[in-house]
Amino acid sequence: MGFYVVQFLTGLASAASLFLVASGLTIIFGVTRVVNFAHGSFYMLGAFIAYSLVKTLPLGPTGFWVGVVLAALAVGVIGVVMEVTILRRIYQAPELFQLVATFGVVMVAKDAALLFWGPEDRLGPRAPGLNKAIELFGSRVPEYDLVVIALGFVVLGLLWLLFNRTRWGAVVRAATQDREMLSALGINQKLLFTAVFFLGSVLAGLGGALQLPRASVSHQMDLSIIATVFVVVVLGGMGSIPGAFLAAVIISELSAFGILIFPKITLVLMFLVMVVVLVARPFGILGKPVPDVGEPVQSDETLTRLPSALGWAGYVAVVALLLAIPMLLSEFYLVLWTQVFIFALFAASLHFIMGGGGMVSFGHAAYFGLGGYGCAMLLVRAGLPMEATLLLAPVVAAAGAALFGYFCVRLSGVYMAMLSLAFAQIVWSVVFQWSDVTGGEDGVNRVWPSPWAKDRVVFYYLTLTLAAVGIFTLWRLLFAPFGYTLRAGRDSPMRAESIGIDIRFHRWLAFIISGAAAGVAGSLLALAKGFVGPTWVDIPRSIDALMMVLIGGVQTLVGPILGALTFVILEDRLSAFDYWRSAFGLIIILICVLMPKGIVGSGRALIGRLGLGGGGER
Amino acid sequence: MSVLTVSGLAKSFGGVQALRDVNFTLAAGEILAMIGPNGAGKSTCFNCINGQLRPDLGSVTFAGHELIGLPPRRIWRLGVGRTFQITATFGSMTVAENVQMALISHHRRTRAPWTLATRLHREEALALLDAVGMRDQAERRCSVLAYGDLKRVELAVALAHGPRMLLMDEPTAGMAPKERIALMALTAGIVHDRGISVLFTEHDMDVVFANADRIIVLNRGELIAEGTPAAVRDNPMVQEIYLGAGSMFGAAAAGAHA
Repeated sequence: MGFYVVQFLTGLASAASLFLVASGLTIIFGVTRVVNFAHGSFYMLGAFIAYSLVKTLPLGPTGFWVGVVLAALAVGVIGVVMEVTILRRIYQAPELFQLVATFGVVMVAKDAALLFWGPEDRLGPRAPGLNKAIELFGSRVPEYDLVVIALGFVVLGLLWLLFNRTRWGAVVRAATQDREMLSALGINQKLLFTAVFFLGSVLAGLGGALQLPRASVSHQMDLSIIATVFVVVVLGGMGSIPGAFLAAVIISELSAFGILIFPKITLVLMFLVMVVVLVARPFGILGKPVPDVGEPVQSDETLTRLPSALGWAGYVAVVALLLAIPMLLSEFYLVLWTQVFIFALFAASLHFIMGGGGMVSFGHAAYFGLGGYGCAMLLVRAGLPMEATLLLAPVVAAAGAALFGYFCVRLSGVYMAMLSLAFAQIVWSVVFQWSDVTGGEDGVNRVWPSPWAKDRVVFYYLTLTLAAVGIFTLWRLLFAPFGYTLRAGRDSPMRAESIGIDIRFHRWLAFIISGAAAGVAGSLLALAKGFVGPTWVDIPRSIDALMMVLIGGVQTLVGPILGALTFVILEDRLSAFDYWRSAFGLIIILICVLMPKGIVGSGRALIGRLGLGGGGER
Repeated sequence: MSVLTVSGLAKSFGGVQALRDVNFTLAAGEILAMIGPNGAGKSTCFNCINGQLRPDLGSVTFAGHELIGLPPRRIWRLGVGRTFQITATFGSMTVAENVQMALISHHRRTRAPWTLATRLHREEALALLDAVGMRDQAERRCSVLAYGDLKRVELAVALAHGPRMLLMDEPTAGMAPKERIALMALTAGIVHDRGISVLFTEHDMDVVFANADRIIVLNRGELIAEGTPAAVRDNPMVQEIYLGAGSMFGAAAAGAHA
């Protein structure tokens, strides 16, 4: 009995701190529609800052609480700085750009933490006067946990009062429901957004700071919490504070008790719950449907034409050049270019559903990873020859895409993106926890190509061929009736349905095709590196693909290829530096702010502005 | 012979009875107008017929098929074309491609992976655009068209699969008065030539009285009058509902006789 009570209270304490962070994210999303990846970094920074403040403030026992509050406020200021300097410039850009820009902030924040606090984990002090445990039904509960639980309820109450009993809260609720109406009423939207970011970031910082006595402060806190927080926010209903509370309790209790019942699949459990809830209630437990039916996307910068004859000649020339140069390249560049081809195919596979179908996948690494692991398993564990694995691995990825896509295509917009992220995390969890088969954290080694393809030059040709054929096929599909049908569903779902098109079915097919292509890329990388590991399926890998597509430009065909090229080269050049991550992050942010249409789109816009383009309306 | 039979249709939203026991039929080749003040239940009735809403009670049969429970796309396949109150076209495609898209769907080639879509059914699409007077704009993108032209494109799209019936929800909403008359005259000409039945809702009485063969009047979810334009115009109940809009009827009468 006592054991279960303690387990329940431990879960509740985790729920309280999870709620603090999640409420901040859900408030920010509700008002600004920004999916703030940096929220996890704010949580981490809150913990680090609080650590330093509590250590240095000469206030004795009260120093702890003063430090916690000051850390939360400091993180609030950091959030405001991010909002004012970066996000404010790109609110008009597509939602995804904001997401990628905040991921740039994640990278910068990671390096900043490394710079200021060093690479070691830090063990925070106990809360003064609360370092004992209380006896309950014969088991012991840390006093501090009870305080955290109480704080969770206090913050929930305060937020309720703020949003339901103050004018400002009413304005925020109005903004969550109808932004346009609000600006028509003469509310200063800029100020409101900044204030909301402050509040949300303070909550993230508070959540992090309060973790000090409970766990050590580490550099992995940012991404490990963000996935959980996303789940909580989506599960509760994006923008709903009570929903976030409810979901935080469900998720935390689930892992508190799940670990007793299913110790092997604790990581998967949370995402499975999310999938089940989203399938039953697509907008979360307390979320309200976001009306998106009958609101056609009237973008004028869309994929409209296959390349002209001249354009094709250009592509053929580039491929011919790539075919000719390996003799001239050093081994280093051979490997680098091989990676460019692989990532170009990966990016093109994501672009296929994003550009063509308006579907966003935050978890495309799942299919890349399934391809990679499929290849490794079939080759190393099943002993199949490379040729067979190259055929079968994409089938594995496509099967995964068929299963996950079946649920994903039922949702749209951010909800679809989040669900795809959850599926990718499920794959990651399985790969991570099922170590007997997948090698767990160590991955699978000795994934070597057949003897004939081992030579770097041969492998270069193999990847170039497969990538070129893959990308060409995807392009052709986009301009075939199938691709037009996808586009029809993107432009106006209502019209598409009323000319007999089953949008979901076509989206599902597209998802599968895209998964298969990503699987080809994944298996090629496995062979190129001779290795697969869990990082192939984790969040940064999914974001990589998004970045490549967005850097290049969603609404251009060649965008993802140039995006992949830029990405691989940047990563290669920068990785020589100690703080390459922040340099990379800054470049990402700059690209988002300066070129919201991607390299290709913005290049075209520039050419148009200079009057160099000969084109008319199209 | 009736193409469409609506019987006992009822739908409520919460406590509001949006439709109660609505019955009417649409004959082959007939142009039937559904009128009524705002909130009368016209849109609800329309959405129940085309599959976007599921009524609580009642039945809608089209050419012998029960439509209730079918999604819009299946209803379209049975030969029902539709246009929207606010135009819905594919903005990233050209005018011709919009019609071609409907034709591709009609010929069940949406999964074709290799042919270039822009080359499929092009002649057929151009012929349809010719019929609605949009052929010279076939290569323009829908996102740059004037609103009246978009309405014409929608009409061409709705005609693409050779429908037996057209459902038009306020076909002339948002257009200038002159354009309205022209668009409905065009529509009436086409449907008469092809023997297509039309059910449309409309607020503009000039348009209604100039084109409808028959009119049904909804008020507060109930069908309160039905008949020829002249009979409906003289119906005292209808006049009462439209009280205050009486001058419009006078104008409509003048317009209809002009």
